[in-house]
Amino acid sequence: MLSGAPQYLVSGLTQGAAYGLIGLGFTMIFNTTGIINFAQGEFVMLGGMLAVAFLGLGLPLPLAVAAACLATAVVGALMERLAIRPLAGAPAINAVIITIGISILLRGGAMLVFGKDTLALPAFSGVAPILAMGAAIQPQSIWVLAVTLALLAALKLFFSATIQGKAMLACSCQKKAASLVGISVARMALLSFSLSGLIGAVAGAILAPITMTAYDVGTMLGLKGFAACILGGLGNPFGAAAGGLVLGVLESFGAGYVASGYKDAFAFVVLLLLLFVKPSGLFGKAGVERV
Amino acid sequence: MRIKAILFALCALVVAAGQASAADPVRLGAVLSVTGPASFLGEPEKNTIQMEVDKINAAGGVLGRPLEVVILDDETDVNKAVLATDRLIKKERVAAILGPTTSGNSLAVMGKAAAARAPLISCSAAEKITKPVNPYIFKVAPSDRLAVARILAHAKKQGYKKLAILTVSDGFGQAGREVLKELIPAEGFELTADEVFGPKDTDMTAQLTKLQGTSPDAVICWGTNPGPAVVAKNRVQLGMTTPLYMSHGVASKKFIELAGDAAEGLLLPAGKITAAAKLPDADPEKAQLVAYAKAYEEGFKAPVSTFGGHGYDSLHLAVRAIADAGSDKPEAIRAALEKIAGFPGIGGVFTFSPADHAGLGPDAFIMLGIDKGDWVIVGD
Amino acid sequence: MKRFLPGQHAARSALFLALLLAAPYALPNEYYLSICILACLNAVVAVGLNLLMGYAGQISLGHAAFYGIGAYATAICTTRLGLPIPVGMAAGVSLAAVVAWIVAAPTLKLKGHYLAMATLGFGIIVSIVFNEAVDLTGGPSGYVGIPRLALSGYAFDTDHAYYNLMAVVLALVVLGSLNLMKSRTGRALRALHVSEKAAASLGVDIAAHKRFVFVLSAALAGLAGVLYAHYLSFIAPASFGFAYSVQVVVMVVLGGMASVWGSVAGAFFLTALPEALREFEDIDILVYGAILVGAIMFVPDGLAGGLGRLARKLRRAGAAHGN
Repeated sequence: MLSGAPQYLVSGLTQGAAYGLIGLGFTMIFNTTGIINFAQGEFVMLGGMLAVAFLGLGLPLPLAVAAACLATAVVGALMERLAIRPLAGAPAINAVIITIGISILLRGGAMLVFGKDTLALPAFSGVAPILAMGAAIQPQSIWVLAVTLALLAALKLFFSATIQGKAMLACSCQKKAASLVGISVARMALLSFSLSGLIGAVAGAILAPITMTAYDVGTMLGLKGFAACILGGLGNPFGAAAGGLVLGVLESFGAGYVASGYKDAFAFVVLLLLLFVKPSGLFGKAGVERV
Repeated sequence: MRIKAILFALCALVVAAGQASAADPVRLGAVLSVTGPASFLGEPEKNTIQMEVDKINAAGGVLGRPLEVVILDDETDVNKAVLATDRLIKKERVAAILGPTTSGNSLAVMGKAAAARAPLISCSAAEKITKPVNPYIFKVAPSDRLAVARILAHAKKQGYKKLAILTVSDGFGQAGREVLKELIPAEGFELTADEVFGPKDTDMTAQLTKLQGTSPDAVICWGTNPGPAVVAKNRVQLGMTTPLYMSHGVASKKFIELAGDAAEGLLLPAGKITAAAKLPDADPEKAQLVAYAKAYEEGFKAPVSTFGGHGYDSLHLAVRAIADAGSDKPEAIRAALEKIAGFPGIGGVFTFSPADHAGLGPDAFIMLGIDKGDWVIVGD
Repeated sequence: MKRFLPGQHAARSALFLALLLAAPYALPNEYYLSICILACLNAVVAVGLNLLMGYAGQISLGHAAFYGIGAYATAICTTRLGLPIPVGMAAGVSLAAVVAWIVAAPTLKLKGHYLAMATLGFGIIVSIVFNEAVDLTGGPSGYVGIPRLALSGYAFDTDHAYYNLMAVVLALVVLGSLNLMKSRTGRALRALHVSEKAAASLGVDIAAHKRFVFVLSAALAGLAGVLYAHYLSFIAPASFGFAYSVQVVVMVVLGGMASVWGSVAGAFFLTALPEALREFEDIDILVYGAILVGAIMFVPDGLAGGLGRLARKLRRAGAAHGN
């Protein structure tokens, strides 16, 4: 009965790392602007699709991936500047709808430019599985986990050691106070969208060799990333990453031991139970209610 | 709002008046899933139909009149399929309807078409479409039952005793699963495991691990791209060597492209068009299949597949019925369709009858293997 | 709790009904009736959701679940269980309400994004159940053979008859909602929206009111679901997923929150839009997204708000002209 456990763990962690990165993107934008960006999943899709496109144009793989991530960061910045910034005073629900509209636009654009086919990105370092601890581990899985950890470390450094990072944290704590001490909230918003685009694209590019990519993979990935973010406690970036890993592992074990058809439902059921019991998520601070 | 409505009505009247004076074409309609999850079926169908309509018109049309096919995209959505069918019947007033592409949409619109006495030639395969027989409803895609029978015949020859199945939780996969669960024990095999995955799932290692734990002699995976490609890759990643059969849902070069090296050695039932060039020259269907494959590949710069063939068959069967009946009235088309016998289509040779609106037999499928990134015909 | 106010609302609803019933005679052909029927169905769901989102200030990203529960309940009751159609319909609406009642207790304690996530998760779980419980729901291939609506011997065979029925149902739903919002309950809900603590301090039972509006909006979605099932005679899980939940939210926001007429307008607009965009073939999805983004950016308080402002501007211009 336990025979599949190591394998489930490995695939769960791999998928979960990607969810974590997506959740991280959500959290970053939420922290700086208070908006839940439903187009986050499309950033992930763009990362994979653009990498395939640049590869097709002749760029070597590492450059193609880097170019894809940078291009998506630009898309994120454009989105903030053109669609989010003009919205400054509107109710939060409007921002949600705008991000939904933009996700439709991005998806439609990708469909027109790249077609409806599923596309494959070659693995970064081959496909021969490594057999360890009773499971077959793909080299790409190791890439996924390594890149995720590296990105998390880089972000921690960014937030604690650079002035921009600290400014972003200040915005997330208290926007008015931050602008009073001279932080340009508008510029922080732009930065947060660009960074989210970058992180989402990285998640997409490192996952694409394993899962393949198509113009419509963004929706479900975005939802799972959002769930990861809530699971870890909204507003806590490392909670989002942890939440993603937990979600991925739960999904994998659910598919293996319970019923494979209900795999997606399983993750959401756990999420709901958690929300009912501890609404602020695994690592979140108890919310301050407005009167 | 009222003024707009009146203006609208006036415009429509003007347009309608203009229409009547043009040369009177034979009008057919098509509801196809050109976009959405089934676009890999609907797009080749649309391309093929458009290509063939041009060909027919270049050769003089049907009954000496130009042929016109109004193609509507249902986006693989059942509501849109119903709306599109409605539009074809009530607004475009077509003589017959080709499609829909998917079994789900076909089941949804069957009732409307039959109630409106419009013959419908579906491009999908579900048995429920033609069993029980509805006088107005036909289909051209071969039943899953025939594909499963082909796989099981091969498995029996190999001496396999235990089989495990892995299916997609969508219309196609579920239909296949039902037939597999029925035929596997009926043919004397033992069904050791029955796992499911979602159409958008990106990792099936859990399911494969579970299947492997039951020690099957072979695994049958039933789904359409990209899921089965992921399954093929996962199988290699897990170091599994259990033989793997795929379904005809992946009988296209796209699958080999997606699965890459992981596709080597896999087996699947497929329509003859998939490997048209490799058929023995003595095969009477070869010439027609090769001609269609060439025309499609040159015209659309994409590999040919059985899916486009469904579009070809539904269109040509309708045209043949119109020619046989000498009229494009829906009732006449319906009656003529039922009398068609020995019609060489892309999907096989069609013979309809009042009791059989599916028209194909077991020879619709041949067994293919994948070797060095290309198809090989596997002897039976 | 609900007081029937003769007067403004009744008059407007009657006029609305009259317009709806007259509309088919102005349409070029029968085909457009199908769109109108679907628009009315969506409007019923949207009005219900607006009660929850616009007036009471909650959010639900999973309302498609209640739509589906109503549809499947009546489908199973009227085919497999062989019950008469009115029983099936009552079962559909009741089941949606009961499920909402059960879900409401733990869910409505949450706020903001957590509430959104909970409703989203609930919606996805239900849609997966629809897809996987093949023996019960027919699975992804859908459920066939649902009988066309027939009440006390009268069969709503034609689209025109069904449309008339939908028009009446919609007008009644609109009237009921308008009256509800004017009543004591409605005022309590709006107070709750502005500030829960203040409302509680005035003696409003917060939890009970939230649950009431949640169950009511679910029941309305269930009502639309049963009418949908008996219209199409075929239902599939794909129609009751996250995409539909999002569509309804967009209809509510586009139409204008806290405006019943706005939700109706939003529903009609968004149902007709894809048809109008058919001309654009491949790029229709781009145009759809662009219209959505543009509408929210330039008319942030929705169609109702925008038209209201336009009306006021015209009035002011007229008054200035008069002087």
